[in-house]
Amino acid sequence: MNHWLTAPILIPLLGGILQTFMGYAPMSLRRTLALATTVLIVVATLGLLFMADDGSYRVYAFGNWQPPFGIVLVLDRLAAFMLVMTSVLALFCHLFALGGADEGNRQFHTLFLFQLMGLNIAFLTGDLFNLFVAFEVLLIASYGLLMHGGGTARTVPGLHYVVLNLVGSAIFLISVGMIYSVTGTLNMADLAVKIPQVTGENLHLVKAGGMMLLVVFALKAAVLPLCFWLPKAYAHATAPVAALFAVMTKVGVYAIIRVYLLVFGDDAGELANLGMDWLFPLALITLAMGVIGALGANNLRSLIAWQVIISVGTLLAPIALGSREGISAALFYMLSTTWTVGGLFLVATLIASNRGGAADRLITAPKMRHRTCLSALFMVGAVAAAGLPPLSGFFGKILILKSVEPGANMAWLWSVILIGSFLTVVAYSRAGSIVFWRTVDGHLEAKDEQHWPTSFAAGALTALSIVIVALAGPINEYTDAAAAQLLDTSAYLEILDAPMVGEDN
Amino acid sequence: MELVFALVIGTLTATGVFLLLRARTFPVVMGLTLLSYGVNLFLFASGRLTTGGQPILGSTDNYTDPLPQALVLTAIVIGFAMTAFLVVMALRNLADNDDDHVDGKQPKQDAHTSKLEREVTGK
Repeated sequence: MNHWLTAPILIPLLGGILQTFMGYAPMSLRRTLALATTVLIVVATLGLLFMADDGSYRVYAFGNWQPPFGIVLVLDRLAAFMLVMTSVLALFCHLFALGGADEGNRQFHTLFLFQLMGLNIAFLTGDLFNLFVAFEVLLIASYGLLMHGGGTARTVPGLHYVVLNLVGSAIFLISVGMIYSVTGTLNMADLAVKIPQVTGENLHLVKAGGMMLLVVFALKAAVLPLCFWLPKAYAHATAPVAALFAVMTKVGVYAIIRVYLLVFGDDAGELANLGMDWLFPLALITLAMGVIGALGANNLRSLIAWQVIISVGTLLAPIALGSREGISAALFYMLSTTWTVGGLFLVATLIASNRGGAADRLITAPKMRHRTCLSALFMVGAVAAAGLPPLSGFFGKILILKSVEPGANMAWLWSVILIGSFLTVVAYSRAGSIVFWRTVDGHLEAKDEQHWPTSFAAGALTALSIVIVALAGPINEYTDAAAAQLLDTSAYLEILDAPMVGEDN
Repeated sequence: MELVFALVIGTLTATGVFLLLRARTFPVVMGLTLLSYGVNLFLFASGRLTTGGQPILGSTDNYTDPLPQALVLTAIVIGFAMTAFLVVMALRNLADNDDDHVDGKQPKQDAHTSKLEREVTGK
């Protein structure tokens, strides 16, 4: 039992509840407290990261119920990694929101913190049904955030997003029911013990349940046939929300890594590596689809939204192959791409606010304000996202390319990733040259309304790509260790014997 | 009992999916509600169907699993909240776009049908 595991859940919960009752408090007080809560989350998750780095599993059993009878939180390297990735991204998004995006709705900070709580529960939980509840918590907060800021443009994408995710929840429940009806448990460690013992007719039931679960996670992660909701929804959301949503697809990726490596891993008997033969081609097609979308985008924000889909494809391909190097490379790339895409969303919004009526559309417009600074930020973000040296995306993609063994898979992966990266570079250069270089005579009428938090947050989040390069060695060691820990599922099963409080040991 | 139960779940789900694919938000909301009913019954059945059973192991031969009932309860609460939110979203869509088409705007009608409609509705 380790009570610190509840910190990343309790801090946003309590901070969010506080914000709920402070709807009419002065803006500065609300902002200070909200930002302080996010800083506390970052501190707590960093603490958990150092705690998890020794490679052991830490368990928190709610109500002191021995797993598998109660709900458990489990902290390992992967969970800590995801927590830190999310909280750092959230800190900069929150800072950006203080520049004015949080006005217009009294509950913005509440929703933002509850969103973080949902994400943190999803990363920490060791129970399949609790994962469903975590998804619902983060989804209902995200519905509110997506609609935040008003404007009729958001209604229809928001409606599609809500309906699709409700259908996803229904499928999640059906698959949970199917798996439970055969195994009689939903604890992930216990499932990993029970699934290999399933035989006969029940095998098909579990197989169907497992494949439906993959559909749900693929919907969250925006894998190809289920990705068309994403570009519209993300391109229309408020900047800090869109940037925070860069991590939402990664929740789906995380769930795939967690459930399919542990429960349907190599030791799962007849169900070993369920669905992974489907996931690999789908991931590559998703990547290709994302590139096509990025090439066809007519504004900066939908270009970046398609970049989210590109990165999901790039991430899932090595995960589907399931080698240790591949998972490690995917984790490294996930860190890089999440922060970069988040930063790009913020930069695109700054660009839009400095271009007058043209906003972020890819059309010629009068010369924008702060052109040098913003174009430099955009270039850093684009280079990191497209995977050009010397920034972090390049190292992530190199690690992914190196991780595949020679063969047909390697040919497919290399060609799709390399051609895709090239075309992504084309898409970014086209967008950048139109926005920054092709100007027409005229001047902007709107006033310059730049606030320091927005510029600082956008700059800092983009600059994290350079920080990842500087710390590439330690980060890669950590992801290697995380991948090794993930593939050694026998250690995870020991949480079933974790001593509870009050037992004599 | 199993057959009736399975048929009910099947009918609810099929109707739900059919309504979900309609182009108006109201049938979509109804479809999602029916789908969630079907899902809740399905979850309930995942603990096997027994009548007059006790949820405590060893007390009788006729044992019923209490866990799916807890899962169903959670799913009902969440589904209820989500449906309420969806209704608000659908109303907002209707107010913003003067139309309850799921894509916001109706496809353009040709002159003939709109004339017919005017005649029928008297507008």
